[in-house]
Amino acid sequence: MKDKGFRFILIVIALSFFLLLLIVPLLSVFVKAFEKGWGLYYAAISDPMAIKAIKLTLLTIAVTVPLNTIFGIMAAWSVTKFDFKGKNIILTLIDLPFAISPVVAGLIFVLLFSTSHGLFAPLLNEWGLKIIFATPGIILATLFVTVPFVARELIPLMEAQGTSEEEAALTLGASGWKTFLLVTLPNIKWGLIYGVILTAARTAGEFGAVSVVSGHIRGLTNTLPLHIEILYNEYQFSAAFAVASLLTVVAIINLLIKNFADWKIKSQNKLSN
Amino acid sequence: MKKKNVIPGFGITFGFSMLYLSLLVLIPVSMVFFNSSSLGFEKLWEIASSPRVLSSLKVSFTTAFAAALINVFFGFLVAWVIERYSFPGKKIMDGLIDLPFALPTAVAGISLTTLYAPNGWIGRFLEPLGITVSYTPLGIVVALIFISFPFVVRTVQPVLQNFDKEVEEAASCLGATKLQIFRKVILPEMFPAIITGFALAFSRALGEYGSVVFISGNMPFKTEIAPLLIRTKLEQYDYAGGTAVAAIMLVMSFLILFSINYFQWKVSGGKIKRVGGR
Repeated sequence: MKDKGFRFILIVIALSFFLLLLIVPLLSVFVKAFEKGWGLYYAAISDPMAIKAIKLTLLTIAVTVPLNTIFGIMAAWSVTKFDFKGKNIILTLIDLPFAISPVVAGLIFVLLFSTSHGLFAPLLNEWGLKIIFATPGIILATLFVTVPFVARELIPLMEAQGTSEEEAALTLGASGWKTFLLVTLPNIKWGLIYGVILTAARTAGEFGAVSVVSGHIRGLTNTLPLHIEILYNEYQFSAAFAVASLLTVVAIINLLIKNFADWKIKSQNKLSN
Repeated sequence: MKKKNVIPGFGITFGFSMLYLSLLVLIPVSMVFFNSSSLGFEKLWEIASSPRVLSSLKVSFTTAFAAALINVFFGFLVAWVIERYSFPGKKIMDGLIDLPFALPTAVAGISLTTLYAPNGWIGRFLEPLGITVSYTPLGIVVALIFISFPFVVRTVQPVLQNFDKEVEEAASCLGATKLQIFRKVILPEMFPAIITGFALAFSRALGEYGSVVFISGNMPFKTEIAPLLIRTKLEQYDYAGGTAVAAIMLVMSFLILFSINYFQWKVSGGKIKRVGGR
């Protein structure tokens, strides 16, 4: 009996912490977003500045996702299919953007590309290029922050799967490319899909790094999170939460796909065992 | 490569990965050290030891430490409850643990600030008790607990899953009490995972910017965190100052990263493992 009571108390504490910490903030986003009615909600998300922020966010995704996906697959292939010295160096470099403050991530690109203080300032000024306080800076900073996601999803998966299936295909005469497409890719499909979704979601939500390099030029260098900040600081709380609710929906979809992918990977592993 | 490997593509995939990482990560990050070393040691020390910088570092360290410590306790509890007990809503709870990783920090920031404001859903219950959360260091801790919550849960969970129950049963047969089993059998096994989770949470909390700027009020010497000070210095075109603070934070990040890798290596027995939401 005493045991059951203890168990019950632990569950209650864990559940209350969980509800208070995660669920209440999640719900409050939607409640605050619709507080002033649908009309204001619609006005907030169809505002020209919001649309421009959405477009810039989508453009950034269109660059970061393909580049970091190609990188992630290549890095995972080299790290998991071959044995070589210095593997840890590559792994540490992949993890580095995780460990660095987003503000520092923004700063490093300012130090390189600022037209007044940057290392490449003379070149940029000569060619009339603008990277910081412009779209390329936002893309670069986001690219940096999202480097690890696809690679980090694929590496443990490919490590666990080993190389025997690929070796069999190659011995039977398949080309390297064909082996990758027909043997490796189906095996890593769900990890890859989740890595891509994670990269896209993080790109849409990145705040600190982008905030440093963007210069906050309305309608030009404002991504969705920066737009939320501006609205919030102007006391347009409902509008800020309306825009925030869009990103929250993205986050929930992200979680759903993550859980589905995890489940798929687990059942795949069970089948192959 | 010791044995002959039939798998092709090492040259191109390794070459491309290294080139990509060098251009995008290595060279940009080394700029911080390059720039701060060109300042000279004396100037660097002068910036680092200025009262405002010291106070921001102190705020960052204490709040991140407090948040990570709180998450060790609650993270372990949540992982324990999910792995050991069954109760309604368990699956949903497990699925939502990673929400703080998925939710943009700015969204978390405005949501928490509104909740803990004196007239907010949670703040109104704390106000009569004399507890003010928004615009105080406590607010920073609340935001940091939120954003770093999944780390401990997700590092402890797999170790709990793989834990051999027979060891516990053996201890129980030998007459150990539940508390003894927990302290002497389970906890030592969990220790590397807990430390890894703590370090990951601490590292993430130390660098956090998005959620904190909304709830902290950003008052110098009180609630100004180091990442915010970097940003403020950059906005005032004090690039040297911003870089110096960034260099201090980077060195800290490296130290934490290396200790994490060491512990992770210990936990996984030398294999590359996936850690909490990453």
